[in-house]
Amino acid sequence: MRVAGSTSPEHAPTTSLRRRLLGGDEIARFIVTAAAAGILIACGLLVYELWVSSGAARHEFGWSFITGRTWDPNAGEFGAWPFVVGTTVTSAIALLIAVPAGVGAAIFLAELAPRRVSDFLAFCIELLAAVPSVIYGLLGVFILVPVMKVLVDGPLKAALGWLPIFSGPFYGVSTLTAGVLLALMVLPFIVSVSRQVLLSVPTEQREAALALGATRWETTWNVVLPYAKRGIYGSAFLALARALGETMAVTMVIGNSPQLQASLLAPGYSIAAVVANEFTEATGDLYVSALIALGLVLFGLTVVINGLARLLVASTSTRATAVQ
Amino acid sequence: MSAARLRRRKLVNAVMLRTTGACAIGIAAVLLGILGYLFLNGIGSLSLDFFTQLPKPVGETGGGMANAIVGSAKILGMAVVVGVPLGFLGGVYLAEYAGATGQFVVRYVTDLLNGVPSIVIGIFAYALVVLPAKQFSAYAGGVALGMMMIPIAVRSTEEFLRAVPRGLREAALALGAPKWKVLVTVVVPAARDGIITGIILNLARVAGETAPLLFTAFSNRFWSEGLNEPTATLPVMIYTYAISPYDDWHRQAWAAGFVLLMLVVTMNIAARMLMARSPLRGAR
Repeated sequence: MRVAGSTSPEHAPTTSLRRRLLGGDEIARFIVTAAAAGILIACGLLVYELWVSSGAARHEFGWSFITGRTWDPNAGEFGAWPFVVGTTVTSAIALLIAVPAGVGAAIFLAELAPRRVSDFLAFCIELLAAVPSVIYGLLGVFILVPVMKVLVDGPLKAALGWLPIFSGPFYGVSTLTAGVLLALMVLPFIVSVSRQVLLSVPTEQREAALALGATRWETTWNVVLPYAKRGIYGSAFLALARALGETMAVTMVIGNSPQLQASLLAPGYSIAAVVANEFTEATGDLYVSALIALGLVLFGLTVVINGLARLLVASTSTRATAVQ
Repeated sequence: MSAARLRRRKLVNAVMLRTTGACAIGIAAVLLGILGYLFLNGIGSLSLDFFTQLPKPVGETGGGMANAIVGSAKILGMAVVVGVPLGFLGGVYLAEYAGATGQFVVRYVTDLLNGVPSIVIGIFAYALVVLPAKQFSAYAGGVALGMMMIPIAVRSTEEFLRAVPRGLREAALALGAPKWKVLVTVVVPAARDGIITGIILNLARVAGETAPLLFTAFSNRFWSEGLNEPTATLPVMIYTYAISPYDDWHRQAWAAGFVLLMLVVTMNIAARMLMARSPLRGAR
């Protein structure tokens, strides 16, 4: 920038503004600020569209939309409860399987495995996190469903069939299968985040425990895990948010039945799966708006879960065990 | 300390440590096993027709997914046009221009957007583009995927710009260049590899997205002309073919799954290699 000309003091602000405009800085600032505002507007528009487009269903059913147990488009009755249950149960199954297994694997990778083995396995696992969900669905349909039917559903029913959750006929496609597939999908995620959290625990913590005579496991269980606790909870919450919104893989293996059933071996349905299956076939404003209302419910659910996850992860980062 | 207690502690130690090892090996085995299965099955189902032919009518065997490959390319191109400039400039805003409030708001909103399930983004694009146009189109699919690219584009741009050493900026500013010129000619080029890596990873992530395309781009068994027609894409074809009752379609679903997976994995590895030679390696 050239040295400013002979500007008299009283004109300084305007000249300086003009100079900055000519210099381009104000224009650059305007452009990037406009882009940032554009992102905010796009996000606002998303919420607005969901809210307005689901208006008909919200006015017709109110809160009973969520608690209604019947989903019968022909009769004009729309209750989301079976889907809310389906989404919750599949996600819960996924976390029950994936969190212990994932954290276990992360402990092995972070605490025991040689660094090069650990890095290589972590690389593979991160690649697996990039596999599209429709491919997990494809594998689910052709591998997991038959495997579940023969190797899991049958024995479960034989052993625990007296429990309502393992009763009734089974076909392979079920809430349980969807949960297991979701577990496989969120595992890479939990492993890689937990591993990073564990690796960021200071070595002194371990050395102190070992020096006191603790075994390797006692050190891990009593010292390292508590230190990394919140980061691991955070990874579980992020995985939960992912599982709740997962659409394709679940749609392909859950069986898509809107009847509410106690048995995990029976076909079920999830919020995202209903929207994916019925949206293009929905006739009538109320039907479409009910499906969009389902989207709104899902949106609300994930916003809350994500918020909790961020809080946890953030509160851990301040203790210098940053997740990312 | 009694010997029995010590023995017990050692036993617990050995058992638990081996359990964690079993977890790691089990997970790696299961996941790599199913992907290996996809690989073998997919490569066996692949043929030249897959890349050059249109889908055959229901009931006839053979045919390919040429239209879906082109359709995916079109929609990903649209997504880049929609998502990357906005995300990039948003990232520049966060890293270079935003005050504390601006940072908080933009970060919060992009995090929120990042967590929105893809199917909900699909509904949004449907309401925004498909309903007014009364037509499924590649535009709508591109808007949906572009919207999904924004948060990560913002984040990766911001991170890599922040990783550019202070000294570089100060040197350029000291030469008398205005801030925008410093950004355009010094800071952004220094962060270029990182930003491109971010875009490739971002693209790899949305390339496999199916849910937001179901009712935006919809599907098409023929070539779609231009961007204003229902458009077939690989992920949606995999879905339709996998849940169909025909064996030949199942075979093609495996082939398509294989092609999509190769695409995503290649993009991921390319991005990593690009990052590995970048001087800003430590940034992520």
